[in-house]
Amino acid sequence: MSKISRRKLLTTGLVAAAGATGLGVAAKLAERYGLIPPDAGVLYGAGETLTYAAQRLFARHSLAPEFARSQISKDPFANPVSPLGAEFQRLQEGGFADWRLAVDGMVPRPVSFSLAELRSFPRSTQITMTACEEGWSYTAEWSGPPLAHILSLVGALPQARYVVYRSFQPDWWDSIDMADALHPQTLLAVGMNGGELPVPFGGPLRLRIPRQLGYKNVKNITRLTLTDKLNQLGKGLGSASPEGGHAWYAGI
Amino acid sequence: MGTITQMTEALRPRYPALVRVTHWLISLSFLALLVTGVEILISHPRFYWGETGNVNTPTLFKIPIPSSRDTVPTGYDYVLPDQNGWSRYLHFEAAWVAVLTGLLYGAFGFFQGHFRRNLLPAASDLSPKRLATDIARHLPFRRPGEEEAWSYNVLQRLTYLLVIFVLFPLVIWTGLAMSPTFASVFPGAITVLGGRQSARTIHFFVSIFLVLFLLVHVFMVYLAGFRKRVGAMITGRLTPPREGA
Repeated sequence: MSKISRRKLLTTGLVAAAGATGLGVAAKLAERYGLIPPDAGVLYGAGETLTYAAQRLFARHSLAPEFARSQISKDPFANPVSPLGAEFQRLQEGGFADWRLAVDGMVPRPVSFSLAELRSFPRSTQITMTACEEGWSYTAEWSGPPLAHILSLVGALPQARYVVYRSFQPDWWDSIDMADALHPQTLLAVGMNGGELPVPFGGPLRLRIPRQLGYKNVKNITRLTLTDKLNQLGKGLGSASPEGGHAWYAGI
Repeated sequence: MGTITQMTEALRPRYPALVRVTHWLISLSFLALLVTGVEILISHPRFYWGETGNVNTPTLFKIPIPSSRDTVPTGYDYVLPDQNGWSRYLHFEAAWVAVLTGLLYGAFGFFQGHFRRNLLPAASDLSPKRLATDIARHLPFRRPGEEEAWSYNVLQRLTYLLVIFVLFPLVIWTGLAMSPTFASVFPGAITVLGGRQSARTIHFFVSIFLVLFLLVHVFMVYLAGFRKRVGAMITGRLTPPREGA
């Protein structure tokens, strides 16, 4: 009996050691290949890490389904956002002529673009679905320059791993990895359904990431920052969402 | 008969270890999925058919409960606390546990003959007359005899097969169909369901069926002797392993 126990104990110990080593190696590799989301350490971060890693391994280049013009929602809905402040109101009254998008961080030098400049760039148009984590959805036609175009224009450094984006909404910021930033369907949307992008839907500029839920598609964008790490921003969880309890990655 | 049963029991447990472990892992993850699913549902207790739907569009049906969001017209003048953050984290984590455990159980079921031996009903049991007799036998809710504990009857077999091969795959499929990245990889898997909102509606109904199964299942366990049967699903043994017991 004691012999069996000892053998069992040894085997269990060896298996556990091998398992721990295996997990350690896997974690190192996952970190290196960008498979660990910044909120991996939160209470339910393990499931989130599995989802993010699986989608980055197997769906890095997949394209969100695009819909026919006849499928554009006639009654889209926009969740209200916090008051955007006096500065935003002033810009809005001026037709956003004075509004600028700042791009900084890991770029040769910080630059900014006016709305007219953004509208003059090669434009991509997509009819895609916006799905809110609450359960509702709508389809719309979005147009604007692909984020990838702006990143190459400003000469984003190859070390950059994330694009952080900030909004006029107070304390609201988010980030995406380069897989999403360079994805052809990730747009700096300045137009919706053939017209200008209305403010309730994110005007003058909304980041459009159709492979992620609505809350990653932050409205009223004002600044993009390229960075190689997220641990020094806010609470180090990658965006304001995990600080409020929601997952950083919303591709599910 | 008694000695054969005792001999068999000495040789093998009523439930193989893998069935017991996966049973409890699935139970735990299902409870987590259920609680968090309800929390997610109350942030938008409206259902639609087709690709899209929101508060500006007509519903297929509404659930007459208050919501955790003030943007949803519910008829109630109060808003429930918003629990979506942790609920969504836990829902997807529990879904991973359920799917991985389900795959392990499925592989075991196929390759170790568990499905064929223990769940596939005998052809002779499937005649309408036999089924009718079996249903009639169940209706008075009487306590099953000891000898029935060693094998599943035809109604159990059919129910378990339905849960394992129809309801669970369907609830996972319709759940994945709501993932925007899944949709980008397998758009056809959403189209055949009638669209993303249809998938959400089906997800809701399949969950209701799974809850009904759970209620009947637990009631049947209670009827058959709760302590003994739950004990058997933990230890694998139907009787305590005592001499002369």
